[in-house]
Amino acid sequence: MKKFILDLILKENRKLSNQYALLILTSPDKLPEILPGQFAEVRVDGSSTTFLRRPISIHYVDYETNELWLLIQVIGDGTKRLADLREGELVNIILPLGNSFNEPVDKNSKLLLVGGGCGVAPLLYLGAHFKNKGFDVNFLLGARSELDILQKSEYQKFGKVYITTEDGSMGERGFVTQHSLLKDSNFDYIYTCGPTPMMKAVASYAAKTMANCEVSLENTMACGIGACLCCVTDTTDGHVCVCTEGPVFNITKLKWQI
Amino acid sequence: MANLNIKIGRLQLKNPVMTASGTFGYGTEYSDFMDISRIGGIFVKGTTIRERQGNPYPRMAETPSGMLNAVGLQNKGVDYFIDSIYPTIKDIDTNIIVNVSGSTLEDYIETAEKLNSLDRIPAIELNISCPNVKEGGMAFGTSCISAAQVVKSVRRVYKNELIVKLSPNVTDISEIALAVEAEGADSVSLINTLLGMAINAEKRIPILSTVTGGLSGPAVKPIALRMVWQVANAVKIPVIGLGGIMNAADAIEFMLAGATAIQIGTANFIDPTVSLKVIDGINDYCDRHGYKSVSEIIGALEI
Repeated sequence: MKKFILDLILKENRKLSNQYALLILTSPDKLPEILPGQFAEVRVDGSSTTFLRRPISIHYVDYETNELWLLIQVIGDGTKRLADLREGELVNIILPLGNSFNEPVDKNSKLLLVGGGCGVAPLLYLGAHFKNKGFDVNFLLGARSELDILQKSEYQKFGKVYITTEDGSMGERGFVTQHSLLKDSNFDYIYTCGPTPMMKAVASYAAKTMANCEVSLENTMACGIGACLCCVTDTTDGHVCVCTEGPVFNITKLKWQI
Repeated sequence: MANLNIKIGRLQLKNPVMTASGTFGYGTEYSDFMDISRIGGIFVKGTTIRERQGNPYPRMAETPSGMLNAVGLQNKGVDYFIDSIYPTIKDIDTNIIVNVSGSTLEDYIETAEKLNSLDRIPAIELNISCPNVKEGGMAFGTSCISAAQVVKSVRRVYKNELIVKLSPNVTDISEIALAVEAEGADSVSLINTLLGMAINAEKRIPILSTVTGGLSGPAVKPIALRMVWQVANAVKIPVIGLGGIMNAADAIEFMLAGATAIQIGTANFIDPTVSLKVIDGINDYCDRHGYKSVSEIIGALEI
């Protein structure tokens, strides 16, 4: 897929909490085709400590309104700058980057999309895509507390939403892998993004239940286009770039101890 | 419009702006964004005699105004380069230069010999300055004796332009430059990355899997500029300057300090098209100052 460097306009900065912001970007031109699971490299301007672009998952693309949604979690100065961007400001973005999630062949497949914390981001666009294709979508979203459960009503537009929080402030108490849904149902395809320990636990559950499982990795990156070789992960094919061979990997490809 | 043509020995460049090894892949990674043949030269990823998996993740740590990397020369080996990559890049209308690294003297010789036969590779850049591999690499580039030895051995088998990439992790970089010049290097490029380190205090662990790594980006520019100036004053062969160049003004500073041409590295990650902007900026500078040719600014620093 052809990659573009675009100056997008910030249409709306929706503060979801102190720690999270939803950036809604648009352009006078039609947005290029972007697949679920792909990401963007966002330039951070005016930070004394943040030098490199920030790789950010594509949260959602609305071609009718020509909107690109990015979910930002404030971690350091770079993400703080992004979360503090003002409406009307231009944001320099390289996209679309990386591969995408794979679609099950059988339309009756039971799908589970599992996200943790800000890792839920790519699953909204993926869920919307699957719903459009006629699949039944189940989201399992986990976070520390109610405050970290993001965009719940958006996910509900595309499927059933199940929630766990570590403190029990919303949904079932515990980790995503402890949710009763996983004891009661079997899934054919599991898609997951979030902290590595969570994804490994999900991958382990998928392996045990013979589900096909794809994970989206979030390795530290510099270029985002396969030039610097900084973001590698160890696979059955050796070290490969997460930015070009991923971010989505089938768990059978990764050398995870699960 | 100034004349931007530059010669580095027998190497003809359409302009003095090139992209640094390890930051520009094989060039084609950037072709969605621009016409890469406009660049004066592309230094492709460090190539070794055999495939290398490189260092484990994490390999990169961001620092204020820069980054540390510890990639460790991941590449598929020179034979793979010749069979599978060279055919896809040989027709790009610019200088494609292969960066060559090794663990032993024999590795360097054998790799250089294999590249000798490629019509469309007019030069190699001998990397005796990689800080991220346990054996070889920087070990060759930090003593005059070993630097001279590897250049002498490669010079014997390699007929095209031989560029030697120098390490800044030395007491006196001019001595090393003089040593490689004496053994037949056609030009030198400097600087490679500076050895650095980053720590995660919360976890009390180093950020890089290798503990130390190579620092690049604007943080290193003043050091690079000083070293280019020192080396350009010491040697007679052309000097290619690099280290933290982010824009045309930086590039011009390196040329004023004595660089015949420059390489852009880390800046490619922030703006993939930066090299074209630097070419245009150098042209504007020449026009503004009444230089008919960019070669007039080489070493034009007034002290």
